[in-house]
Amino acid sequence: MATTSSDSQLTDVWGALRQRRRAGLVPYLTAGFPTLAESQDALRAADEQADVLEVGVPFSDPLADGPTIQAATFRALANGMTLPGTLQLIADARLTTPVVLFTYFNPVLQYGVDRLLRDAADIGVAGLLLTDLPSGADPAVERAVQGSSLDLIRLVAPTTPPARLECALAGAEGFVYLIARLGVTGASTSLATDLEASVARVRRATTLPIAVGFGVSTPAQARAIAALADGVVIGSALVDVLGRDGVAAAGRFLSAIRAALDAG
Amino acid sequence: MSLPHVLPPETAIGGRFGPYGGRYVPETLVAALDDLIELYDAARSDPAFWTEYHDLLRDVVGRPSCLSEAPRLSDRVGARVLLKREDLNHTGAHKINNAIGQALLARRMGKRRIIAETGAGQHGVATATICARFGLECVVYMGEEDVARQALNVYRMQLLGATVVPVTSGTRTLKDATNEALRDWVTNVPTTHYIIGSVVGPDPFPRMVRDFQSVIGVEARAQVLERTGALPATVVACVGGGSNAIGMFAGFLQDDAVALVGVEAAGEGIATGHHSATLSAGRPGVLHGSMSYLLQDADGQIRPAHSVSAGLDYPGVGPEHSWLHDAGRVTYHAVDDREALDAFQLMARLEGIIPALETAHAIAWMTRPHPPWTREQTVLLCLSGRGDKDVAHVAAAVGKLA
Repeated sequence: MATTSSDSQLTDVWGALRQRRRAGLVPYLTAGFPTLAESQDALRAADEQADVLEVGVPFSDPLADGPTIQAATFRALANGMTLPGTLQLIADARLTTPVVLFTYFNPVLQYGVDRLLRDAADIGVAGLLLTDLPSGADPAVERAVQGSSLDLIRLVAPTTPPARLECALAGAEGFVYLIARLGVTGASTSLATDLEASVARVRRATTLPIAVGFGVSTPAQARAIAALADGVVIGSALVDVLGRDGVAAAGRFLSAIRAALDAG
Repeated sequence: MSLPHVLPPETAIGGRFGPYGGRYVPETLVAALDDLIELYDAARSDPAFWTEYHDLLRDVVGRPSCLSEAPRLSDRVGARVLLKREDLNHTGAHKINNAIGQALLARRMGKRRIIAETGAGQHGVATATICARFGLECVVYMGEEDVARQALNVYRMQLLGATVVPVTSGTRTLKDATNEALRDWVTNVPTTHYIIGSVVGPDPFPRMVRDFQSVIGVEARAQVLERTGALPATVVACVGGGSNAIGMFAGFLQDDAVALVGVEAAGEGIATGHHSATLSAGRPGVLHGSMSYLLQDADGQIRPAHSVSAGLDYPGVGPEHSWLHDAGRVTYHAVDDREALDAFQLMARLEGIIPALETAHAIAWMTRPHPPWTREQTVLLCLSGRGDKDVAHVAAAVGKLA
């Protein structure tokens, strides 16, 4: 595990970004896609550009995901990827960037929550985001994550009303993942017009850094978000390039985003 | 005869049945579920809501549904069999009871767009029917495989003004139709209500759908008492997601002497792995927003279900069934495709009733050799739907098995 000055890799990364007035780049990749070998190469390529890496555990019923990540998920499952396989992949890739494990709850439940927290901590995973475990849904699980060395990453949606924000962010650690628009994951040509208000609303409720995702697909969009938020999540657009044009193209795509952020 | 609908006592605490149920959904849906819970809890204790509901059940559905003797099936089974005739409901199954209740709620919320998932198509037809009556937009998600095996119901939905969206992802059946409906809901939640068709999904759906279906059990209990002067010895219903069963059982949960039996689909046989016998062969996990028994592999990936009956072809089951299973209050059995096909034909010949293939599973269990019932004992069957939709499919399946 990387040496850290606090007990959270994510706090350190976002703190350093803030000092350098830089927006964080948070790529998402589905573990095991497009092939087991290329998945590891893709993680390493993303590692060079990323400030935080989100690694998605494939699940048979990705109900929060749009067509791109669904397709990647089904490919990854066909390649034999599993939750233990994802942990192995992360360990083998020897990444320098803090990793957030991005997963639906059932694979974690079957693996064992405590066992996962232990095994993920052992290989240096920094955070856990459970797509279908909103705040308050399963307090025992939430407490277990908070009590571990992994940060509990919370999602906030455009539909999260002001009255729920406090609850939705209760016990949030590391950073907040703000969903830019209603809907499932997927690239979009336009960003939500009310994003600025959404970010401001979340800012008032938390001091944690805010990363914005869902639908970000171009350097221009990334730069626009960087002006409002602390970080940009690039998921479907990256998975799309990786699936269509391969690892090298995915790396170039991320460097273009990186350049846009650094110019912003 | 008009029966007052008294809701059975609530069995869920904080949205859970024991450890099952809950609300495992993306954050985007939490606010909508909070709103729905608030609205439903208010409606549940509002007599005006239930009056409107029952007026519609009478006018649109033709309730109360009748209780029929089944003399020749009784001879075969060795007990007095009574049939709760949900097959005689308008649209041909119990699904309309729930669709009407939820459409009323959608109207109270001011939501003009309705989405639904459907397997056999019965829930889709029921939803399309009430949307036509209320003038609401209706979109039904249906697995591509089910679109093919339930062509008649697809056309019925279209006639009723609904848009049927074939779902091509994953297993192309009810499970993935539900995923796609949830994706639509996440995207359009401010304007759209999702009418889930069974006692599955996040809280409040399992208890809300149960309440709307409990009209089956409340009516049946009163009708059996009136007819026979006693409670039935056994109550039998088929279980996919389990809405007709939970609605029927809700009327009898307090009657400890009444044995409750749920019948799942064993498909090609539990040993083959191609089945939908979630309670008989699954283990607890989280799918579609709630904790319940599931068919899944060691890694927590959901395994494809199989049944000759599209309505039972689902790898999960309602969380209240999981709880009743663990508590031992309901006994669950599994019946395979061949037994169900035999019972489908048997029921037609013995009673002049073509049952839904789903219901045929429950009939098949009744006709198995049993610890002796007596002719004085009553066995109550929830005849959850009629089989017109299945005739072509059965003709093909029987031909293949012969």
